[in-house]
Amino acid sequence: MSSESSPSTPSAPSAVWAIFNREFAGYFRTPLAYVFLAVFNAFAISLAFFVGNIYEAGVANLDRFFLYHPWLWAFLAPAAGARLWAEERRQGTIELLLTWPISVWQVAVGKFLAAWLFLATALFITLPIAFTIGYLGDPDVGVIVSGYLGSLLCAGACLGIASIASALTRNQVIAFVTGFLACFLLVLIGYGVFDEFIGGLFSRNIIEEVRRLGLWRNLEPFTLGLVDLRPVAYFLTLSFGGLGLSTIIIERR
Amino acid sequence: MTLIEVKNLKKSYGSIHAVRGISFSVERGEVVGFLGPNGAGKSTTMKLIAGHLRADHGAAIVAGFDISAHPIEAKTHLGYSPEGAPAYGEMTVREFLRFAADLRNLPNPSERVKKTLELCRLNEVAHQTVDTLSKGYRMRLGFAQAVIHDPEVLILDEPTDGLDPNQKFEVRRILKEMASRKAVIVSTHILEEIDELCTRVIVIAHGEVRCDESKEKFLQRGADLNEVFRQLTA
Repeated sequence: MSSESSPSTPSAPSAVWAIFNREFAGYFRTPLAYVFLAVFNAFAISLAFFVGNIYEAGVANLDRFFLYHPWLWAFLAPAAGARLWAEERRQGTIELLLTWPISVWQVAVGKFLAAWLFLATALFITLPIAFTIGYLGDPDVGVIVSGYLGSLLCAGACLGIASIASALTRNQVIAFVTGFLACFLLVLIGYGVFDEFIGGLFSRNIIEEVRRLGLWRNLEPFTLGLVDLRPVAYFLTLSFGGLGLSTIIIERR
Repeated sequence: MTLIEVKNLKKSYGSIHAVRGISFSVERGEVVGFLGPNGAGKSTTMKLIAGHLRADHGAAIVAGFDISAHPIEAKTHLGYSPEGAPAYGEMTVREFLRFAADLRNLPNPSERVKKTLELCRLNEVAHQTVDTLSKGYRMRLGFAQAVIHDPEVLILDEPTDGLDPNQKFEVRRILKEMASRKAVIVSTHILEEIDELCTRVIVIAHGEVRCDESKEKFLQRGADLNEVFRQLTA
C-alpha cells in the first residue's frame, strides 16, 4: 500500500450519490420505515374515506384525499426528517462526514434527496386510491397527476423545515417536535385560525397575504389541476431554503 | 518533510479556553504521542487539525494544505479516527468501508476495501453489522476507515482505548508497519504505550504544550512516568 493509489479529489456527483444511497437504504434498515409507510397510508386513506367522505361525495376526483395531506406531511415529514442530522450527531458519525474530503452541501443534498424519495415512496403506495376512483368513475387523469405532484412538493417543503430542526439538535425527539410545530403552524395559518388575533393588529390585506403562506392554500390549486408558478415557487423555496439553512447550521458548528 | 504544521492554534468554547496557542510540526516517519489529562485539549487540537472544528486563531497545515483554506485537498491526504471510533450501526463492516472508499472517490474501491479488511484483520467480521461488533473490532474499524486511502497524515484519537493487551498489540503492529511513510499523531493516556508506539512525545495540559521532545529524552525524565506526567501537567 503505497502511492499506487494516490487519493484523488472526489467529484461532487459521486459523493452526493454515495450519501444518497446510504441514506435511502438506511431508512429500510430499521422497522421504523415500514411503520412509517403503514401509518402514512392508513391515515391518508382513512381520512379521505371516513372524514372526507370521498365515497359518499359521489364525485370522481381526489381533492378530498389531498385535503388532508398538509396535516399528514406536517406530522410525518418531521418524523422521517428528524434523523437527518440529529442521528449523525448522536452517533458521532458527523465527525467522519466533516473530516472526509467532501463538502457539507454534498452531504446535505444527498440526505435531503434520500429523505424526499422516501416520502415519495409513502405517497406512491397510495396510488390504489387513484385507481379506485378511476374504476368507480371517470376522473381527469391530469388533475390526479398534478395533485400527486403538489403533495410531493408539499412533502419537500415540510422536509426542508424538518432538516433545519434536525440540524439544530442531537436529540431526534426534539428535532421531531420542533419540526412538527413549525409545519403545523404553516397548516394552521392557511385555515385562518389566527385571523382574529392578527385582525386587531393588521389590515385585511395583510391577513390575506399571511393566509397565502399556508400549506393547503398552495396545495389546493394542484388538486384542481392547476400547476401555477407561485405555489411551485412557495414549496421549492421552503424545500431549498430549509436545505440551505441546515447546511449553514452544520457548517458553522 | 514536514507533513503537519500547527501554528499557534486557539479554540474557545464560550468562556472555556480549550486550546490556548499550540504550535508544533510533525515530519514524515514520526509517530507523535499526545499525552495529557482528560480535558487538556488533546481531542480539540486533533479536531482542529482534522478540520472538524474551526480554529478561532492560528492555522493547521496538512500535507502542505491549510485545513481551513483548502479543506478538501487537506482532507484527501488525511486519515482521522475520532474518539470512540464512530460508525454507522446498521451497516456491515464491508459496507461501511465501501462507503468510506466511495466518498473518498478511490480508484478500485472494492480492491481497497479488501486490502484494508486484510490489513486491519477485519475479514472474519466483514459481514457483521457495526452494532454487533465487540469493542476491539469496533476500534479497528475506526482505524480501518482512517487508513483505507493510505494517507500521508494519520490522526488517531485514543485508538487503543478499552482494548485488551492482544488487541493493543495488533493496533501497534499495524501502526508500526505503516509509520515510516507517514506522519502520525496518536493520543493516549496510557503512559506505558509511549515506548511501544511513539518516536516523540508532546504533553498537553490546560490547552498548552508542556513538553515536546523525543521519546528517549522523555523516558529519561524519570523512572516513574506517572510522577513525570503529574509534574508536567500540574
